[in-house]
Amino acid sequence: MESYVYIALFAPLVSSLFAALFAQKPKVQLVGIATSILIGAALVASVILLLDIEETGKAVSVNLMDWIVVGDLDTKFGFTVDQVTVIMMTVVTLISTVVHVYSNYYMESDKSFNRFFSYLSAFVFSMMILVMSDNFLGLFIGWEGVGVCSWLLIGFWYHKKDETRDVNPSISPSWAANEAFIMNRIADLGMLVGIFLIYWNLGTLKYTEVFAHIGDLSHAMLVGIGIALFIGAMGKSAQFPLHTWLADAMEGPTPVSALIHAATMVTAGVYLVIRANPLYSQIPEVGYGIAVLGTFVAIFAASMALVNRDLKRVIAYSTLSQLGYMFAAAGLGAYWVALFHLAAHAAFKALLFIGAGNVMHAMHDELDMFKMGGLKKVMGWTFLYMGIGSLALSGIYPFAGFFSKDTILEVAFNEHTYGIWFVLWLTAGLTAFYSFRQVFLVFFGDERYHEIGAHPHEAKPYALWAMAPLAIAAVTVGFFKEDFVEFVTKFLPEYEMSEHTEHMVVILTIITTLVALTGIVVAYLKYAKGLKRDLEFEQNNKIYKLLYNQYYIPVIYDRVFAKPYKELSDIAWKEIDMQVVDASVDGIAKFVEKSGDASRKAQNGNLSSYLNWMAAGLVFITVIAAIAVAVQ
Amino acid sequence: MTDLTTQYLILSAILFSIGLAGVLRRKNLLMLFFATEIMLNATNVAFAAISVHLGDLSGQMFALFIIAVAASEVAVGLGLLILIYKKYGTLDLDNLSIMKG
Amino acid sequence: MEAIAFYIFAILITGLFLVTVFSRNILYSMSSLAAGMVLISGLFFIIRADFLGAVQLVVYSGAIMALYAFGMMFFDATRDVKEKNTSKYLVFLLSGFSAVALVVIFSAPAIGKHIEVEPIAKGLGHLDNVHAIGAVLFTKYLIPFEVAAVMLLVAMIAGIVLASKRMDESLSEVYVGTDPETEKKEQK
Repeated sequence: MESYVYIALFAPLVSSLFAALFAQKPKVQLVGIATSILIGAALVASVILLLDIEETGKAVSVNLMDWIVVGDLDTKFGFTVDQVTVIMMTVVTLISTVVHVYSNYYMESDKSFNRFFSYLSAFVFSMMILVMSDNFLGLFIGWEGVGVCSWLLIGFWYHKKDETRDVNPSISPSWAANEAFIMNRIADLGMLVGIFLIYWNLGTLKYTEVFAHIGDLSHAMLVGIGIALFIGAMGKSAQFPLHTWLADAMEGPTPVSALIHAATMVTAGVYLVIRANPLYSQIPEVGYGIAVLGTFVAIFAASMALVNRDLKRVIAYSTLSQLGYMFAAAGLGAYWVALFHLAAHAAFKALLFIGAGNVMHAMHDELDMFKMGGLKKVMGWTFLYMGIGSLALSGIYPFAGFFSKDTILEVAFNEHTYGIWFVLWLTAGLTAFYSFRQVFLVFFGDERYHEIGAHPHEAKPYALWAMAPLAIAAVTVGFFKEDFVEFVTKFLPEYEMSEHTEHMVVILTIITTLVALTGIVVAYLKYAKGLKRDLEFEQNNKIYKLLYNQYYIPVIYDRVFAKPYKELSDIAWKEIDMQVVDASVDGIAKFVEKSGDASRKAQNGNLSSYLNWMAAGLVFITVIAAIAVAVQ
Repeated sequence: MTDLTTQYLILSAILFSIGLAGVLRRKNLLMLFFATEIMLNATNVAFAAISVHLGDLSGQMFALFIIAVAASEVAVGLGLLILIYKKYGTLDLDNLSIMKG
Repeated sequence: MEAIAFYIFAILITGLFLVTVFSRNILYSMSSLAAGMVLISGLFFIIRADFLGAVQLVVYSGAIMALYAFGMMFFDATRDVKEKNTSKYLVFLLSGFSAVALVVIFSAPAIGKHIEVEPIAKGLGHLDNVHAIGAVLFTKYLIPFEVAAVMLLVAMIAGIVLASKRMDESLSEVYVGTDPETEKKEQK
């Protein structure tokens, strides 16, 4: 089994390096095919591992090499594949394979085709390290690795010019990439502090050893570690207040959004909380805080999605919202529920993004949904896929989201946190509304795309076939819930509903489905028959403007952090760097130059004067020696 | 036998300084060579005196090797002097400033 | 007795070397240098460094001075050396300082007390100076001795090669009209 671990881990690396060989060359079709096959190999290896662990129930551990052995610090480059890891691996490699195959279509006319695949595979490799590592340090390496790849891929079209915020909310891809990177950096500091605290208190970073002794620590220290690690998770999973980068990250190519900013990287924070469940089980108050924050983000992001007209941003906000659901579940102690929603969400959200990619291609990169409409006729398959994705996202039976989201609501109910339950329930309705608002705006109604002169076309067949596994997963994953529970609870703590909740399950399910259906119906009534814009409402309604401008948070960040920081930097540049640092460096250089100029006269080519100088030096030294002797 | 070591050393210091004065004062390369020989001899005197004073033959051995080095130096140096004289027609340092930087 | 001899030698050597350094005539310089070297060998004999004295006589006074004498034949030796000497004050300042400093160092009693030697000529006490030197030279200092021999050979070959170039041509013929320095000299 160990060889499968290595295949799953290193096939993406090989793939990335192979693509990197051609990075500077024009498009080589072989690169796309080869990387897809290699990532596919990682998928096969992951599935084999999944089946094996299902059968034996034992984790597979490999130790690649000693990594850092300094003093008391003895960290191995070790990897463990247990139940949680293998679920993550399968999800990551499945989505990655689909995205790689799909990218062959999506990027087919991009001049940096090969570079794209190199980055994409490098991302998969980093993500595999993140989920497979058996210690916090390896996790952190993967954590940073996905951050770098995310930065590279968001800024993939780095040559695009900066624009004002009115034209493009995220200004430009390179700006968005930097924003994502810097936001993550802030959060990673918290994560590092958490890791330091763990090492400082326990002297080890290996999960098994850390969690075996986690109970020995004082409660305050546990709270500190829990919060520090969660700050790291907040950055990667774009939780409030570090959420702005995720929507701006939509500047990257759409397959990237599907892979990184929907299915895998942003769920790393959830993975971290799930992985550290022995820690968070000890500090339920922090867990409750996480749940509240997650709930807040769920409705906060959903509200922004209600009014946004940008096709990809709507999906991005919905991702944010669903991440909020996952944190709510994990924070309340239902770790397997969070993991289940993570896996299900990965499938249907990637499906939605890839569908959005098809639409973008058809519309010549136009993202404003108000300029689309009626695409159902020309893009039947894409409509089908996006419909499935939206139904799953809305939580309609029998799609995946129904099972996972419903369970989260049940958990919230079961914990007697009715406030959380109510907000999440409301969010479910909002989710259904904005997903179908999107579907109806894009695929139904009048054909507004004629105005911008687009000639929509369906994606190539192989791209559509590539999406099929995701669609199948989005439809069927829910039915494997029982198996899933049995499988992961060998590793994760079980979560039992109380009897009271058991009785309520049917009622809860019905009211949740009702609110979702209400959302869909409202969306249908408002948008399906064609777009009737109420410009006055859009311009004058305060709430609409607030939501449309993302609660003005990007502007506030700009005013509160970016502007003063720039002014501070200006002062540091003009006052400190130019006046002090540069001046002293220049002064030294000038002194050396002047003294060299002055002493040049000594080099007159006359041996005799050289001898004089030499004798003077000799006498000087001798006199010093004589004085030293005399003093003695 | 009276111990003359200090006197010897002082003599050597004086001779050395005479040599140094020659090196500094003279501009003729040949005279510089003579002055160098004086300085070498001065050190030889000091070596020999200390060697005898301490009853250790190392000093005398060192003086011996210095003499050998001096002989080699003269052989090569004179050859070079002759070349210089052939080429420039002078041995005066003030006229030999091809190394001017 | 020895002290008297030493002082006589010391005064003579100093005087001769002063002549060497300050004489305008190269021949005077060379002669006084040779005489000074002979007298230095006397200094060696006084302190029973017989072998060193002999070597001084043979090598310095014999070989080296002979070499200078032969070398002199290439130069115009009878003419007074005309040169712009370095300013006297500088010379006396530097050499005087060095003399004073060296004397201070050498006459300071601190030295010598701190030096501890392990005489290498142990067990050679019954031998006279020449025998003892022979014993040491061919045992402990054998390799330096051989290296010195090789060095002398190299120097000899180098001297021959350097000096013998175009030995058959007259110096005045060789560079006439090519070197401005030489031309100037010729005109004078």
